[in-house]
Amino acid sequence: MSVHGIQVTINGRRHDASVEGRLLLSDFLRMHCGYTGVHVGCEHGVCGACTVVVDGAAVRACLMLAVQADGAAVTTVEGLAGADGGLHPVQQALRDEFGLQCGFCTPGIVMTLAALTSGTGPPGADSLLAALSGHVCRCTGYQGIRRAAQKLGGGTQGEPA
Amino acid sequence: MKPAPFDYIAPATIEEACAQLAEAGGGATILAGGQTLMPLLALRMSQPFILVDINRIAALRGVTRSEGYTRIGPVTRQNEAIADSTLAKSLPLLVTATRHVGHHQTRNRGTIGGSIALGEPAAELPATAVALGASVEARSVRGSRRIAAADLYLGPYMTALAQDELVVSIQFPDWPSGTVNVFREVAMRPGDFALVGLTGAVAVKDGHIERAGLAWFGMGPTPIKARQAEQALVGQPVAGLDFDKLAGLAVADTDPFDDHHATAAYRRTVGRRVFARALSEALQVHQ
Ligand code: FES
Ligand code: FES
Repeated sequence: MSVHGIQVTINGRRHDASVEGRLLLSDFLRMHCGYTGVHVGCEHGVCGACTVVVDGAAVRACLMLAVQADGAAVTTVEGLAGADGGLHPVQQALRDEFGLQCGFCTPGIVMTLAALTSGTGPPGADSLLAALSGHVCRCTGYQGIRRAAQKLGGGTQGEPA
Repeated sequence: MKPAPFDYIAPATIEEACAQLAEAGGGATILAGGQTLMPLLALRMSQPFILVDINRIAALRGVTRSEGYTRIGPVTRQNEAIADSTLAKSLPLLVTATRHVGHHQTRNRGTIGGSIALGEPAAELPATAVALGASVEARSVRGSRRIAAADLYLGPYMTALAQDELVVSIQFPDWPSGTVNVFREVAMRPGDFALVGLTGAVAVKDGHIERAGLAWFGMGPTPIKARQAEQALVGQPVAGLDFDKLAGLAVADTDPFDDHHATAAYRRTVGRRVFARALSEALQVHQ
């Protein structure tokens, strides 16, 4: 069993740690660094609740080892709101469209949509909607989440497909 | 669930990785994108002593063109391949197939080579490699060898790769101009493994089929080449092809199974329809 020194920038803050090779990134973020907004549902890549942004890309934190994030910049849901506590546009859209109920799946969905809308141009509602296939929500029936994604993609609200 | 303990190493070069695989004597598992392996580790269906992470090997990434073929580094991420301008031109079928692999979030980590080297029978990329006549270059301290995709898959998750071998590139040969691509997948939801899938290419010259490479996924223990249908196609004029008969031949080569998603009979029935429709639609441009 190997132990590794790693250095990860999380939400703009540098974290130095010593981790076992087998430690999942999701557990590192939650238990070692206190970012409990990273929700762990299935812990084997199915539900999407643990989604975080690693070097600009939305990935499942339970499918990466902490040691693999050595040198990377990670953003969790805690890193999105403005310094004044103002909601990120993705959070605002989900709130406006009733895109959450219990909120368990929400941080993952927020991170996927935040990564895809962080570029310069509009991402297009289609790609946002397609990326939602990577998330399971047991509460909402998805329509509110879809409306939020459509709004963020600059699309019309339209009929639910 | 947490993975069982292992030693983790992340070599920086191919040579280092091969040396470590040789030294491990079969006790090591290679970690590429991890989108299949990490769940297997979490469920403790896989418990290696040593995990060799190849993500830090720069030489294993990227797409290059050579005379007659396209070479893909195995650690090229699936979403990188989808966005790659070279692949869009030289291998549009691979791009289409990769769009069907998992979800946006898993494609950000998942790799082309990881999927091809793993050999999941219902996966899109192994079948596409078989259909197009691709090959992998396997490297070990013993040397280097090229394995045709058609010879790579022995059973579910079983390949001809030895335990000390690392896939260092995947080569896709060019197909003639006038090639049309065929891709059709039936799954419960987007991102799920296929219940029935067909992928491949047909080259047409002067109104006749010059070459055909078609393979099934989700229709047996490995990707399965539709050999009888390929043979029946070659040399035929495109006008007047009997798609139903060809579909029958194509399904005759499959070996589907019953599972909790679908029965073998369902897969055969759907396979016939998928084949007839996908092929006739693809060939419409030449009719
Ligand atoms: S907890 Fe990571 S995908 Fe479910
Ligand atoms: S809001 Fe409860 S799981 Fe999505």
